[in-house]
Amino acid sequence: MGESGQGLGREGRLITGGFAFAMDVFLQQIINGLVLGSMYALVALGYTMVYGIISLINFAHGEVLMVGALTAWSVISMMREAMPGAPGWVILLLSTLIACVVAAVLNVTIERVAYRPLRSSPRLAPLITAIGMSILLQTLAMVIWKPNPKPFPTLLPSAPFHIGGAVITPTQVMILSVTAVCLALLLWLVHSTRLGRAMRATAENPSVAALMGVRPDTVISATFIIGAVLAAIAGVMWASNYGTAQHSMGFLPGLKAFTAAVFGGIGNLAGAVVGGVLLGLIESIGSGYLGALTGGVLGSHYADIFAFIVLILVLTLRPSGLLGERVADRA
Amino acid sequence: MAEPVMLKVEGASKRFGGLQALDSVGLSVAKGQIYGLIGPNGAGKTTFFNVTTGLYVPDAGRFELQGRAYEPRAVHEVARAGIARTFQNIRLFGEMTALENVMVGRHLRTHTGLMGAVLRLPQAKREEREIAERARALLDYVGIGRFADYRARTLSYGDQRRLEIARALATDPVLLAFDEPAAGMNATEKQQLRILIERIRQDGRTILLIEHDVKLVMGLCDRVTVLDYGRELAVGAPAEIQSDARVIEAYLGTAAAH
Amino acid sequence: MNVVSSNATRTPEWLKWLVLVIGAAILPLILQQFGNAWVRIADMALLYVLLAIGLNIIVGYAGLLDLGYVAFFAVGAYLFALLASPHLTETFPAIAAAFPGGLHLTIWVALPLAAAVAALFGILLGAPTLRLRGDYLAIVTLGFGEIIRVFLNNLDHPINLTNGPRGLGQIDAIQIFGWKLSRRLEIGDFEIAGVTLVYWLLLVLVVAAIIISHRLAESRIGRAWMAIREDEIAAKAMGINTRNLKLLAFAAGASFGGVSGVVFAGFQGFISPESFSLMESIMIVAMIVLGGLGHLPGVVLGAVLLAALPEVLRYVAGPLQQLTGGRLDAAILRQLLIALAMIVVMLLRPRGLWPQPEHGRSAGRG
Repeated sequence: MGESGQGLGREGRLITGGFAFAMDVFLQQIINGLVLGSMYALVALGYTMVYGIISLINFAHGEVLMVGALTAWSVISMMREAMPGAPGWVILLLSTLIACVVAAVLNVTIERVAYRPLRSSPRLAPLITAIGMSILLQTLAMVIWKPNPKPFPTLLPSAPFHIGGAVITPTQVMILSVTAVCLALLLWLVHSTRLGRAMRATAENPSVAALMGVRPDTVISATFIIGAVLAAIAGVMWASNYGTAQHSMGFLPGLKAFTAAVFGGIGNLAGAVVGGVLLGLIESIGSGYLGALTGGVLGSHYADIFAFIVLILVLTLRPSGLLGERVADRA
Repeated sequence: MAEPVMLKVEGASKRFGGLQALDSVGLSVAKGQIYGLIGPNGAGKTTFFNVTTGLYVPDAGRFELQGRAYEPRAVHEVARAGIARTFQNIRLFGEMTALENVMVGRHLRTHTGLMGAVLRLPQAKREEREIAERARALLDYVGIGRFADYRARTLSYGDQRRLEIARALATDPVLLAFDEPAAGMNATEKQQLRILIERIRQDGRTILLIEHDVKLVMGLCDRVTVLDYGRELAVGAPAEIQSDARVIEAYLGTAAAH
Repeated sequence: MNVVSSNATRTPEWLKWLVLVIGAAILPLILQQFGNAWVRIADMALLYVLLAIGLNIIVGYAGLLDLGYVAFFAVGAYLFALLASPHLTETFPAIAAAFPGGLHLTIWVALPLAAAVAALFGILLGAPTLRLRGDYLAIVTLGFGEIIRVFLNNLDHPINLTNGPRGLGQIDAIQIFGWKLSRRLEIGDFEIAGVTLVYWLLLVLVVAAIIISHRLAESRIGRAWMAIREDEIAAKAMGINTRNLKLLAFAAGASFGGVSGVVFAGFQGFISPESFSLMESIMIVAMIVLGGLGHLPGVVLGAVLLAALPEVLRYVAGPLQQLTGGRLDAAILRQLLIALAMIVVMLLRPRGLWPQPEHGRSAGRG
C-alpha cells in the first residue's frame, strides 16, 4: 500500500504496482474496522475478566451476546406494536437496558449452576460444561425465537455522515461512542471503586484477597454481571449494525473476541481492548485488500481466519500476548 | 586436595529488571563434597541454582561440569550433562505413583522409543524391567519403598521430599543440587534427612545444598558460600563462616533461632 | 494394566478381552437384523472411538489441550479422496495423462500414508504451540483447525484442489483383497451387509489403536508425556526433551486421525468441508473428558455414548416431537440432549464417567 495521506478530507489516489490505493476506501475500512473492533473489545473484556478471576474460558459468552440481541429484538417488536409513536432512540435504550438485565441474570445463573460447583475440579471439567452451556443456549434460542434470522430495525436516523469520502451511519457513531463510555465506566469501576479493587485483588491472589475480607463469590458474580452487560450491549450493537439477529449469531464473534483477548494478553483489560480493536481493523482492512493484494488467490472469505492467523503470529513472537505479563516461572 | 572439581562456576550474574539478583557469584565443588549455599531470604540462592541448571539464562558467567564448559541454556541438556536438582517448592508428578516418579528419573539414561514401546521388543521389555527394579531400589534407599504404588501427591510432606531426592538420584547425576530439602521438616525429619544426605555422599555422590537451617548446614557441609543481596559474602569451612562478623550481621541473629 | 488381579483363580485378563472383542465382532450381525441403519450408527461410533483414542494421546497423556483435532481427520479424508476419486484426473489433464486408469489408491497404502501425512501435520501444527500455556495452546490449535477448514472450503480457485464447498465425491469404496466393502457378502444363506464389513475393518483398527495406545501409556515415552503433563519444568529437570516429546505426542495422536479419515472417506464415498467443523473437534474433546481423560476404557465409553446416543435418540424423538407440536424436531432434541449430557455428567462426575481408578491409595494426605 502507498503512504497514507495527510489528514482527513484528502482524496488522493496513489497507484502502486498495479494496485490502486484510494484514500476514501481506506478510510472506510478504518471506520468499519473501528466499529467492528469496538464490539469485539466489549465482548473480549467479558472473556478476559472472567478468565483473569477464575481461569476459565467461558465458551458460552458469545451466546450471552446473542441472548442480549434477541431479547432486545423481542422488546423492540413489542414496543413498536404497543407504542407506535415512541422515538427510535427511546426504544433502543429501553430494549438495551432490558437486554442487559436478562443477560446479567442469565450469566450469573450459568456461573452458579455450571461453573461454581466445579471450581476445584480438574481444569477441563468447567470447559466442557461451558461448551455444553453454549450449545444449550443456542438450541434454546432456536426453540424460543425460531431458527429464521430476524430483521433488526434501524432505530436511529439512517442519514449517514460523510468524512473524507467515507460514510459513517448514526448507528455506527452510537456504537463508537457507547463503547467509549462503557470503557470509561469500566476503568472507573476497576480503579476507583471498592468492588474494582476487590476484583483486581481476587484476580491476583484469591486466597489473600479472601483473607482481606473479599468474598470471592460476590466478586465473581459481579464479574459475570459486568461481562454480561458488556456482551448484551455488544449484541444490540451487532444486530443494529448488520440489521439481523439469529440464534447462531454469537458463536463466531464470541470466538473471535476471545481470540482477541488472548492475543492482547488474557487477563489484561487493556489487552482485551487493544486486541479487540486491532482485530476489527485487521479483519476490515484485510477483507478489503487481501483479494487485491494477492491477485485474487486469497479473497475475503478468508476473513474469518484472520483472527487466528494474527493470533498465531503474535503468540509465536510473544507467548503471553501483546500486553500479557511475562510469567517467569519461579522454581 | 587431589579431588577433581565437579562443578565450577565463575562470575554468574543475573538481573531481573531493576534487581541484580546475582552479582558475579562463583563456587567450586569438589568430588565427594557436600557444599552449602546459604544466605538470608532473597539472597539469590535459588536464582543461582536456576541459572546453573539452565532454568534462567545468565547474563554472564562461566560454567564447568567435570572440567568441561557448558552453556546453561536448556534445562534438559544440563540434566543430561549430569546435574540433578530438587526444588524449593517440591515439584513432583502428582498424579503419578512414587514408583513412576522415580522411573521418570531414569528417562535420560534409557533409550526405548516409540517403536520399541509399541512393538514391545525384547530389548524394550528388558529395559522396562531394569527401570522398575532400579526405581524400587531407590525408593528403598531413601526409605519410602512401601509407598511405591501411592500417588505422589498423597504422600506426606517429608516423604515427598525424599521422593524428589530418589528421583534425582535416578538420573545417575554427577552433581546433586538440593534446594532447601529440609524446609518444613521437624527436628526428627531433619535428622533423618541429614543421615540420608551423608549416606548419599558416602556412596560417592557430590552434593550442592541450599539450606536455611544453619545447624544442618554446619553439621553436613564441608564448605559453605554465603550469599547476600546477590553477592558472595563469605566462603569457607562452616566453622569459619559461623564466626564471620559479616555473616552474623547479615543474618542478624536469626541463626540462633534454629 | 495397573490393576493387577491379585487372586490367581480369577479369569485371566486376556480371556476377558477376547470375550469382549468377540462380542463386539458379533454385534453388527445382530444389529443387521434390525436394519442397516443401526450398523451404520455402530460404524460411526467406532470411527469416533478411533478419533477419541488418538486425541487422548495428545490431551490425556501429554496434557496438551488440542481443540483443532479434526484437522488431522480432514487430512486423512482428503488424502484418500484425492487419490481414490476422479477429481484430480478430471480437473488436471496432466494427471489424467499420467494415470490413464484413474487414481485408485489401495487401502493398504492409503492407511499408512495417511498416518504418516497426518503425523507430519501434527508436527507442523504443534510446533508453534510449544512455548504456549495451556489455554493459549487450546485457542491456537482451534485456530489451526479452522484455518484448515477454510482452506479446504476455498481451495477451488485459482486451481481446483479441493473442490471447495461442493466437496469430493465418487470416492472409491474400500477394497480388501479385491472385495469392495460396499457390496454385501454372501456366505451360503447368510448375508453380510457392506456396512458390517466396514464395521469389522474399523474394529480391527480400533483394537490395534487400543493396543498401541496402551503400550505407549505404559512405556518410557508414555511416562515422559505424563511427566510433561504434570509439571513441565520438573520434566525438563529430569532430562526430558519436552519439545521433541510434545511434537511426538502431536504426531502420534494425529496419525490416528489420519487413519480414521481414510476409512471415513472410503465409507461415505463423499466428503465436504462441512464434516470437519470446529464442532467436531469439540465433540471429540467432550467424548474423552466425559468418558474419563487419559483412561482408555473411559475414552472408548465416552466416544460410544456421544456418537451413538444422539443417533439412537433420533428414533426416540418421534413421539416427543408430536408432544411439543412439532417445535422440537429430532435434530434440536439431539443437540439439547448432548448439551445437557455434557453439563450434567461434568457436574456429577468431573473426572468423567469412567476415570482412572485412584491407584495409589491415599497415604493420608489428599
